[in-house]
Amino acid sequence: MKDEPIRWAPAISERGSMLRVIGVKDVWELYSDVPKRLILKEPPAVGFGHQLSEEELRRLWNSYMREVRAFTDPPPFMGGGWCPHMVPALVDEVLRRGEFYTAYTPYQPEINQGLLQALFEYQSLMADLLEMDVVNASMYDGSTATAEAVLMAMRVTRRHRIVVSEALHPEYMETLRTWLMGPGAELVAAPLAEDGRLDMGGLEELVTRDTAALVVPNPNFFGELDDNMEAYADLAHKRGALFITVVEPLSLGLVKPPGSYGADIAVGEGQPLGLGMNYGGPGLGIFAVRWERRLVRQMPGRLIGMTRTADGERAFTMILQTREQHIRRERATSNITTNEALMAVAAAVYLTMLGANGLRRLARSIWLRSHYLARRLDELPGVAAPRPSELDFFKEFVAVFDKPYEEVHRFLLEKGVLGGLPLSRYWPSRSRESLFCTTEVHSRDDIDLLVDLIAEALGAR
Amino acid sequence: MDKWRQARWPEPLVHEIGTPETGFVVPFSHEDEELERLVGRPEERLRGMLREELKLPGLTEVEAARHFTRLAEMSYGVDNGPVPLGSCTMKFNPKVSEQLVRDERLRWLHPLQDEGTVQGLLKMLKLLETWLAELTGMDRCSLQTPAGAAGELAGALMIKKYHIDRGEKRDEMLIPDSAHGTNPASAAMAGFRVVKIPTAEDGTVDLKALKAAVGPRTAGIMLTNPNTLGIFEHSILEIADTVHAAGGLLYYDGANLNGIMGITRPGDMGFDIVHLNIHKTFAAPHGGGGPGAGVVCAKGTLVDYLPRPLLEEREGRLYWDYSCERCIGRVRAFYGNIVPLLKGFLYIASMGPWGLREAALQSTLNTNYFLALMRKVEGYELPYGRQPRKHEAVLSAKPLARETGVTAGDVAKALLDRGLHAPTIYFPLIVEEALMIEFTESESKRSIEAYAQALKEIAEAAKRSPEEVKAAPRNTAVARIDDVYANHPRTVTPTYRVYERRIRGERLVL
Repeated sequence: MKDEPIRWAPAISERGSMLRVIGVKDVWELYSDVPKRLILKEPPAVGFGHQLSEEELRRLWNSYMREVRAFTDPPPFMGGGWCPHMVPALVDEVLRRGEFYTAYTPYQPEINQGLLQALFEYQSLMADLLEMDVVNASMYDGSTATAEAVLMAMRVTRRHRIVVSEALHPEYMETLRTWLMGPGAELVAAPLAEDGRLDMGGLEELVTRDTAALVVPNPNFFGELDDNMEAYADLAHKRGALFITVVEPLSLGLVKPPGSYGADIAVGEGQPLGLGMNYGGPGLGIFAVRWERRLVRQMPGRLIGMTRTADGERAFTMILQTREQHIRRERATSNITTNEALMAVAAAVYLTMLGANGLRRLARSIWLRSHYLARRLDELPGVAAPRPSELDFFKEFVAVFDKPYEEVHRFLLEKGVLGGLPLSRYWPSRSRESLFCTTEVHSRDDIDLLVDLIAEALGAR
Repeated sequence: MDKWRQARWPEPLVHEIGTPETGFVVPFSHEDEELERLVGRPEERLRGMLREELKLPGLTEVEAARHFTRLAEMSYGVDNGPVPLGSCTMKFNPKVSEQLVRDERLRWLHPLQDEGTVQGLLKMLKLLETWLAELTGMDRCSLQTPAGAAGELAGALMIKKYHIDRGEKRDEMLIPDSAHGTNPASAAMAGFRVVKIPTAEDGTVDLKALKAAVGPRTAGIMLTNPNTLGIFEHSILEIADTVHAAGGLLYYDGANLNGIMGITRPGDMGFDIVHLNIHKTFAAPHGGGGPGAGVVCAKGTLVDYLPRPLLEEREGRLYWDYSCERCIGRVRAFYGNIVPLLKGFLYIASMGPWGLREAALQSTLNTNYFLALMRKVEGYELPYGRQPRKHEAVLSAKPLARETGVTAGDVAKALLDRGLHAPTIYFPLIVEEALMIEFTESESKRSIEAYAQALKEIAEAAKRSPEEVKAAPRNTAVARIDDVYANHPRTVTPTYRVYERRIRGERLVL
């Protein structure tokens, strides 16, 4: 160790002269204020006892990754708010730029104009997609964006009751419960009617005059598109509550945007926008509001704005920072500081590569593929999938089997296919149901293969 | 030598050059016509839900590549030069980790796929958890929290629930006035009343004030040690005893771990809960603001309160354990920011125990070497005494401001003009004209000398002609930003959509 350089640190040989300038003999003298009994004789035994070279790291990595089964051909058919999507090579290439990924938050705007402009473009592209005026530079993910939206609604309305569609992602619901422990909110689940829409009669009673927000996902956790969004928004507004929607960004190539049906806050998961799956993180928390003073002033997170320099040239910088923790401390709108900025840049590159027509074509293609799978499954004896007479869906849908789905799932795994998400994961009683997801990465052959294997699994028993 | 200059492109916004006509080739789209014949047209099914207008500017791949390359060239990170932002721990991001995590297998892993298919990944995450617990002196860690502030919120909620479960009403969180802004913000989000503890003359927590503040309503204290002045809280054991004796818990803000990593542990100091920033101490990049990864660790009974799921092992198989009797639940969907977490794993693996300790020693050495170089530089002073600092130090440009009118903010801009990123300025709030500097172990002796020299030259220039310094920066992509215009209710422009609405004559005032 003595003569070996420390990785990513200057030469140890420089230490002598630095210590002389400081006026100490040994670097440990700089720790003389640490109580002796707190200093460890040896560092904790972490890693593998010694430094590893790049080659050793590579072997280490591969030794673990060999014990990982990635489903790429065909890609997973599993839904659950996180699906496989294409990641264009350029997105990855842009994220590899050291000027971007090794940068800090652009606290010094003059030297980080490029990053600021990319983030402003992300906000602007997302604003177009959502038809909402103000978008922040990201939250952690869809679940925490939803939680922050609810907290914001409580600040804006000074009310404590939150009504949430029971078709919200169950992990989002759990996240909400945790985040709401602080202010001590009352969280009420609004039931779905038989047809998959929210039960309007029930909702009328649940959304009371002391309700801070009504939260409705669209598409919901089961992929269903609720066509009653305007009515929910009207009801929320009539009772003085904010209307919060949780959206899937690619669906907006086909489906009405939240701004068009009266959403006050729109949130969502940006993972489909060129991020890859990466076992669930990082994601990209989308957060947008309408142009209204009380909403914008209460927004959490970082905002980038277009401005000018002292010379009058156009420039970009962080704005409305007095909402944030480093200035407002305990009165800040949120504690968030590190966010998912680089993922926002990825989304900006992705959306830029698509444009309006590209997004429309992509959304259609995803819609067609999920409907093709639903139709093929529905044709199988022993399986029921959504039909044209029912509520429409996007990307994900639930198929109901005559038998426990878990058995089918295991059969598919043995054949090298990752099937739908067993809903028993979240609801033990729904053991015959599975949440499938098909996107642009699934070819017709992939889908046919899945259907054939499911038929085999069902027929074999 | 020629002066440093950043790229300066007159780069338009995507909205100014894009058209709706572009878009990449959608995979398998040649099949769409046939699929449409089989299942019908979405336009017919969606009816009332169909989107009519969609405005979204696009570029061809060639144009987009150039656009974002030029934007990158007008940005600045550790790969460009030192970014000595205090408390941000901007160390070098190992390239080997960047390369390894861009693994196709990882990219295609679904978070809900069967645990049996991801054992290798779970093994790495489990090792990371074990190592981080070892380094902090904690028993267990949850990898869920996506960033430091989320870790703080989780920790504050754990403290809250702990007291509730014991039937105690404790609603006050003690926080030193030198603390990171996230501490009071997180405590407030968890529903606590923040009680501010002043800093004593030697730059550490004022023990007398602390003793006067603790009481039956004390839920806990949130501390970072070394503190934001870079000074080790030498009375930490007494602080811990005082808070524990009053029935409170100790929360450790891990943002400042770098100078003591592998040398001393928060757990041994008496802390009950710790959060770590993988994107600081453990070399995952900051990404221009994120994604990072937080990890929250606890010891003893507090382990029961950690966010779930936790990684457990049964018969040699790892699995996510959701059982939760007293836990605070989950703080996000799925398990955590996996990619940055893996970079943390690779960093610890590559450094080993001694490498981590040497990095900590080097970061402290760098801080104190810099202070030694600055001792005789006029215009700056070191408040709170000359005792050694650890990972960072806070200088004050107050003498310079008083004499020349050139402020810490001006010094920051003048540093940019020399191709050096500014330190954190005006923080901590207890230091006027603060310049909070953290070089980390990554900066060499020569780099630190160049930085000190630049500060000296700026002070000299300020005395010669303060206007010249105040006109900085001139060599960056743009000149100094007009913050008033940026934030004025009539001109504040958070999106191009707002800009267009104003152009159309709408009066948008915030």
